[in-house]
Amino acid sequence: MSRAEPYLLEWLIYLPMLTAAVLMVLPAAWRTTARWVGVGSGALLMIGSAWVFIAFDYSAGADTFQMIKVYTWLESVGIDFRLGVDGIAAPMVLLTGIVALTGSVIAANVDRDAKSYYILLFVLIAGVYGTFVSIDLFFLFFFYELAIVPMFLLIAVWGSSSTFADFVRTKEYGALKLVLMIVAASVLVWIGIIAIYVWVDIGTFDILRLRDAVQDGGLSSGAQKTLFPLVMVGFGLLAGLWPFHTWSPDGHVAAPTSVSMLHAGVLMKLGAFGIIRVGMTLLPEGMEAWALVLFILGTVNVVYGAISAMAQTDLKYVVGYSSVSHMGYVIMGIATLDSIGLTGATLQMFSHGIMTALFFAVVGAIYERAHTRDTLILNGLASKMGWTTAFFVIAGLTSLGLPGLSGFIAEVLVFIGAFRTQPILGALGILGAAITAVYILRLVARVFFGQRDPQWDALPDLTPREIVASGALVVPLVLVGIWPAPFLDVIRPGVDAVLGGLS
Amino acid sequence: MQVDFTLLIPEFMLAGLGVLVLVVDFSVPWASRGAKNGVLAALTVLGLAMTFAVTLWMQWDTHEILYEHLIYVDRYALLFKALAMAIGAAVVLISMEYVHTRIRHAGEFYALIVFAVLGAVLMAGAAELLTAYIAIELLAFCLYVLVALSRGDSRSGEAAVKYILLGAISSAVMLFGIALIYGAIGETGFRRSELLLEAVFGPTVALGLGMFVAGLGFKLSMAPFHLWAPDVYEGAPTPVTALVSVLSKAAAFALTLRFLAEAGNATLGEWQLALAILAALTMTVGTFTALVQENIKRLLAYSSVAQVGFVLIGIIALNESGARAALLHIAGYSFTNLAAFAVVIAVEAKTGKERIADYAGLASRSPFLAMVMSAAMFSLAGLPIFAGFVTKFLLFTSAVEGGLFWLMVIAVVNSLVSLYYYLRIVREMYVGEAAETGRLRLHVAASVPVWFLFAGTVFVGVYPAPLMDAAGAAVGALAPFL
Repeated sequence: MSRAEPYLLEWLIYLPMLTAAVLMVLPAAWRTTARWVGVGSGALLMIGSAWVFIAFDYSAGADTFQMIKVYTWLESVGIDFRLGVDGIAAPMVLLTGIVALTGSVIAANVDRDAKSYYILLFVLIAGVYGTFVSIDLFFLFFFYELAIVPMFLLIAVWGSSSTFADFVRTKEYGALKLVLMIVAASVLVWIGIIAIYVWVDIGTFDILRLRDAVQDGGLSSGAQKTLFPLVMVGFGLLAGLWPFHTWSPDGHVAAPTSVSMLHAGVLMKLGAFGIIRVGMTLLPEGMEAWALVLFILGTVNVVYGAISAMAQTDLKYVVGYSSVSHMGYVIMGIATLDSIGLTGATLQMFSHGIMTALFFAVVGAIYERAHTRDTLILNGLASKMGWTTAFFVIAGLTSLGLPGLSGFIAEVLVFIGAFRTQPILGALGILGAAITAVYILRLVARVFFGQRDPQWDALPDLTPREIVASGALVVPLVLVGIWPAPFLDVIRPGVDAVLGGLS
Repeated sequence: MQVDFTLLIPEFMLAGLGVLVLVVDFSVPWASRGAKNGVLAALTVLGLAMTFAVTLWMQWDTHEILYEHLIYVDRYALLFKALAMAIGAAVVLISMEYVHTRIRHAGEFYALIVFAVLGAVLMAGAAELLTAYIAIELLAFCLYVLVALSRGDSRSGEAAVKYILLGAISSAVMLFGIALIYGAIGETGFRRSELLLEAVFGPTVALGLGMFVAGLGFKLSMAPFHLWAPDVYEGAPTPVTALVSVLSKAAAFALTLRFLAEAGNATLGEWQLALAILAALTMTVGTFTALVQENIKRLLAYSSVAQVGFVLIGIIALNESGARAALLHIAGYSFTNLAAFAVVIAVEAKTGKERIADYAGLASRSPFLAMVMSAAMFSLAGLPIFAGFVTKFLLFTSAVEGGLFWLMVIAVVNSLVSLYYYLRIVREMYVGEAAETGRLRLHVAASVPVWFLFAGTVFVGVYPAPLMDAAGAAVGALAPFL
């Protein structure tokens, strides 16, 4: 263990904050400098995240939580600034690093007030990192809320409105709906967290000590069963849990490209991660009691999201609903309470995060050039936009679960877990995967390989910057697809520890 | 009886400072208005800063009760004394330009602020009912005059009349309550009344306590005694609104907590539920009425009503963590609300506008003011990294610890609803189209206190430990937690 490692996690939070502070004092006219600061900081975050992932020791006998760092914050209440990663958080940290870097590269396309955009983007990134690496309930919630705050401005100021036949979904509508729904859900989480702290009554917000106390019977079974739905819906909403998913397509469509990438790619994972970290770890009996409900909702997610995606004619809405559908696999995997299923859920979080970031990057690039996302108008883009087509097709194939790409491994693991516990629901989930294949292939056939339309001939292909960013996203998709072992090795101990707490 | 007058030096200094400001004001009639305004403001701020330093230096470890239970000089009083002086100085600093352009009597304005601070300082130390009453009246009378100070603006006069009439009634009610309590137990000292109140608890005592707390509730703008607040907030000159919303709240809160903790601890079961219902009512009324406001000062009035509802949780739970959290919330709220008012004052001084719609496009006209205002709004809404998040979190936790789970749920829901109207202002500033263009430039000297308030809001939110220690020490001076 090198000397830098103990400080890695905290710097993943400090660095984006520091970047935001530096940008804040930068003169507004220095646009290029602001972009370089943003991209440079993104690159450093990527390096730090990869380091955390590589340094994570998954060998037998290693502690579940590693790189633990504790700073006393409010001693009298029992709140510490307490950081650490386990096998579930480590891939999430890596995911955040990849999406933060590519997102900040893509964000260089922003023209209007680039400096403020980057400030808010990095506050968001700090919140995401903080949530993944906090092992203190208070700070987990602190960073969770921090990740939500900048969303409103990012979407309301830099977003885009969508025009439908007889109504307009304005960007402000999307922004307000997203923020109010997520904060409303976080209120449930808030109640749950305070109740856990007071009722377990050991005077600390430390998740590890609370976990041990709960396993020793510190929280009655009735209390756990009462609190679990709060945590499940509260975090689940951010994961796009049906029927609380409606903010997600509207919000993602209204958001500017790099925000969609971060939001669909990483933020939605915070929800699923929260269910594991708070729901499963601290309320094990509640988790068991409510697993079937969660399973059913997750299955509905998969099927409903896929069917909705099929009906959309706006490229971003297709991707938005496909996110709802794919997060359903994550929820199903969690609800299996099975080590293979939960491993699949974690891998699916990683895989979907990268894939959906790639989707949004490509769709955003098309929209910036064509100024429309209407799949009925866009036709035969492949002839002139080779790179765009290639990246969209890769994301699409990952999405429908083509072997050799990461989505396949993750979904197969989830399905194995599902068939070991709820075969009927698992079969329904596979149906969802089939529908995904239909809408993705149909889309690719029409928009990219359809009849060539001369009005799109003038559209330029991706810029080198966009190609590099998108290419960087393809690498992990393929890597996990053909050689998932390193990921599964890291995830395994985390999953075993979480499931070990269940009876 | 041996009395150590040195313990009252802060009060003497404040009284002297107030008089000095008045004397300087009328002894330099030849100076231009601008110069005079600057000199008087500087004098006031320096005087308050000096008193602040002297108070901290002399009373850091003092624990005395003067004159047979009239005035406390302890850590609890010290915290609020320091807070009151800091608030006074901050209000003077953020309102200099406003005073120059809009208030004719600068000398009276500054002197009355100093006397109001003196009233607040005495309230923080009051150890028995009549001293408390006199301190409250000193503060209230200063505020009555300050509210009316905008001559030529009829709303200011109207607000002052409403404030005085309702204030006088509330004082009468409070005095009646004191008389009833004294009649029942023959004692006015807080600590000595506790057991007596318990022993003879009955209709008379209940009525007396109710009337006294109702009087305090008026000062706190606790529902249903809050109806004066919106009109007074809107009509008063904006710096005075800031003073009313922060200083008088903090002082009234200091007194309420001290009274209920020291005199009411034994009878906790008798009043806890009633007050909890009032707190729930206060936050709900404040939050939902704020949703429909069009004037920024009225919106902040209702928002402060809602915030009072939150703070009351800490008093009602009446456990150590609740009291600490409430003190922390008051301090964080002071920074936050002053930051918000600093922006409102600056905008009004530059443009004369005070409707929410007038904030449209502020982000392009003054990114700095828009940033500070957003920070203040996010803090009031209880979002990280600002003060409001951690203070609300601790307050709501203390409610559950005090067995008031339902109150926490109501508070959390209100906190969510409040986000909507705070976001409305942020939306106007960043998304709305400005009716006028042209940048609003803040003078460097004027921007320093605003930066300071902004930094304070963030600091409390990121590192509350020092303030929490101070709050812990202060709460430790109250009788039930000694």
